[in-house]
Amino acid sequence: MIKLKSKTQDALLFYILRTIAVVVIALLLGIIFVLLHSAWPSIKANGLSFLLRKEWNPVEDNYGALPFIFGTLITSFIALLIATPVSILIALFITEYLPKSFSRIISLLVEMVAAIPSIVFGLWGIFYLAPFVKNTLAPFLKLHFGFIPLFQGPSFGIGILTASLILSIMIVPTISSICRSIFELVPAHQKEASYALGSTKYEMIKLAIISPSLSGISSAVVLGLGRALGETMAVTMLIGNTPLISTSVFAPAATMASVMANEYADANTPLHVSSLCYLALILFLVTFLANLFAKSIVKSFSRG
Amino acid sequence: MMKLNYRLYRKTKNFAFLVLTLGSAIAVLIPLFMIIQFVLVQGASSLTLDFFTELPKPVGELGGGMKHAIVGTICLVILGAAIAVPIGVTCGIYLSEFRKSKLSKNLKLTVDLMSGIPSIVIGIFAYLMVVVPLKSFSALAGGIALSIIMLPIIIKTSEEILKLVPDHIREAGLALGLPRWKVILFVVLKGEISNLLTGIILAISRAAGETAPLLFTAFGNMYMSYGLNQPMASLPVQIYTYAISPYKEWQKQAWAGAFVLMVLILSMNLFARYILTKIKDKKGIS
Repeated sequence: MIKLKSKTQDALLFYILRTIAVVVIALLLGIIFVLLHSAWPSIKANGLSFLLRKEWNPVEDNYGALPFIFGTLITSFIALLIATPVSILIALFITEYLPKSFSRIISLLVEMVAAIPSIVFGLWGIFYLAPFVKNTLAPFLKLHFGFIPLFQGPSFGIGILTASLILSIMIVPTISSICRSIFELVPAHQKEASYALGSTKYEMIKLAIISPSLSGISSAVVLGLGRALGETMAVTMLIGNTPLISTSVFAPAATMASVMANEYADANTPLHVSSLCYLALILFLVTFLANLFAKSIVKSFSRG
Repeated sequence: MMKLNYRLYRKTKNFAFLVLTLGSAIAVLIPLFMIIQFVLVQGASSLTLDFFTELPKPVGELGGGMKHAIVGTICLVILGAAIAVPIGVTCGIYLSEFRKSKLSKNLKLTVDLMSGIPSIVIGIFAYLMVVVPLKSFSALAGGIALSIIMLPIIIKTSEEILKLVPDHIREAGLALGLPRWKVILFVVLKGEISNLLTGIILAISRAAGETAPLLFTAFGNMYMSYGLNQPMASLPVQIYTYAISPYKEWQKQAWAGAFVLMVLILSMNLFARYILTKIKDKKGIS
C-alpha cells in the first residue's frame, strides 16, 4: 500500500469535497439547460408572443400561455393578500405577546402546517373547503358584495377562490417563520426606548418593530410568493383546470403548475410537450428570480 | 377631558391590536386542527388491517388496500436518500469547513435557489433526464426526482449542525498531529452522526409527501413491483388517483392513505424538530 503524505491526503479530500460542491452547482445549471433545450422547439415556433396568446388547444396544436399565467398570478395574489397580514400578526403574537414556553408550542403548530403534504391539503380542500365555499362563502359574498364583478357568476365550489384560500393557508408558515426571525433580531433597547417615550404596546410594535423590519417583511412575502407560484397538487385538485380568463373569483381556471401536472403525462405532439416545457421554464425562472430577490434583501438586511 | 379621550383612544387601539393578533393566530390554527381532525376521523374510520396487507381491488368490490403504495413509497424514499445523503452531507462538510471560500458562497446560493424550485419542475427535469432516455416510467426516475428535493434540506441541516461543532475540538485533533481529513471524518463527523441523521429524517419526511415530482417519473401502478426500471406506486400518487375518482370506496381509500401518510410524516417531522431544538439548546444557541 502506498503511503501518502498527510498533505497529499488532505489535498485529495479537499479535491473530492470541491468536486461534489461543483457537481451540485452544475445540477442547478443543468436543470436550466435541460428545460431550455426541451422548450426550444416551442420557443422557436411561438416566440415571446406565447406569453400573450389566449388559446391553449392541444387538438389544433396551438399554444398560448396567457390563461395559465393569469391563473397563477391571480391565485398567488389573492393568497398573498390573505396570508401576509395574518402571518405578520401571528409572528408578532408569538414574539411579543406570548411567554416563551407558550410561543414555542404555537410556533411549532404553525410550522406543522408546513409539514402537511400538499396532497392532504388537496384532499381536505375537495371534501371540505370546496363544499364550504359553494354553500356558505360564495352565497355570503354574492349577497353582500355582489355588485362587484369579482363576486358574480355561479360557484361550483372549485375555482380560483378555493385554490387561493388553500394556498393562503399553505404559505402562512413560510412568511410567518421568516417574519418571526426578523422580529427577534430587533434589539431590546430599541423597544425599551419606545416604551420610555410612553408608547403603548401597539405603538411600540409599530415604531420599534415593524418600521425597521419592512424590507425583511417584504422578502418574507416574496418567498411566500415563490412558494405559492410553484404549488402544484393542492391547486390542481381545487382550481377546476379550465384555461379560462374570467373576472369572477368563483370561476374555474388553471395555473402553470396545474396544466403541467394534468397534461404532461399524456401530451402527444412534440410541440405540446415542448410548450409544457416552455411553461416549466417560465415558472422556474419566475420562482428563481423571486427567491434571488428575497435573498438579496435578506443579505442586505443582516449586514445593516 | 380632551387628554383623557385621547388616552382612551390609544388604549382601545392597543387592545384592538391584541385581539387582532390573537384572532390571526386562531385563524391559522383552526384550519390546522380541522385538517388533522378530518384526516383522523375520515381516515381512521376507513382504515382496516386490509389496507396494509392487500392490493387494490377493482371498483365495486369492497376491501382492498395500498400495500403496494406503502412499499413503493418506502422504496422510493430510500432510493432518493441513497443518492442525496452522501452528496448532501459532503456539501454540508464543505460549507462548514470552508466558510469563506468563493465556492462556498456560490454553493449556498445554489442551495437556497434549489429549495425554491417548484416540485413539478423537478418532476419534469427527472422525466426528461431519465424517463425519455430509458423510454419508460421507472422507480429510478422517481428516486432521482426525490433526491433533488431532499438535497437542499440535507445540505442546509448538515451545514448548520457541523458549524455548531466548536473550533477547539478541531484544533485538538490537529494538535495531536492528525491530518485535516482525519479530523473532519473521525472527530467532527463521527461525533455528530446521530445529529446528522435528524437532518436526513427531516428531508425524508418532506420527500415522502411529495406527489408532483412522482406523477410522471415513478408514475404508479396497481400491483407490487420492486424493479428499478418499472413504474412504482407511491402513497401520495395513489391518494391523488383515488381522490379525484368519482367512486365512494376509492375516496375512502384515499382518506385512509392520507391518514397513514400524515401519521408517518408528522411523527418523523416532529421527532426531527425536537432533536434539532435540543441540540441547539445544548450548544447554547437559541
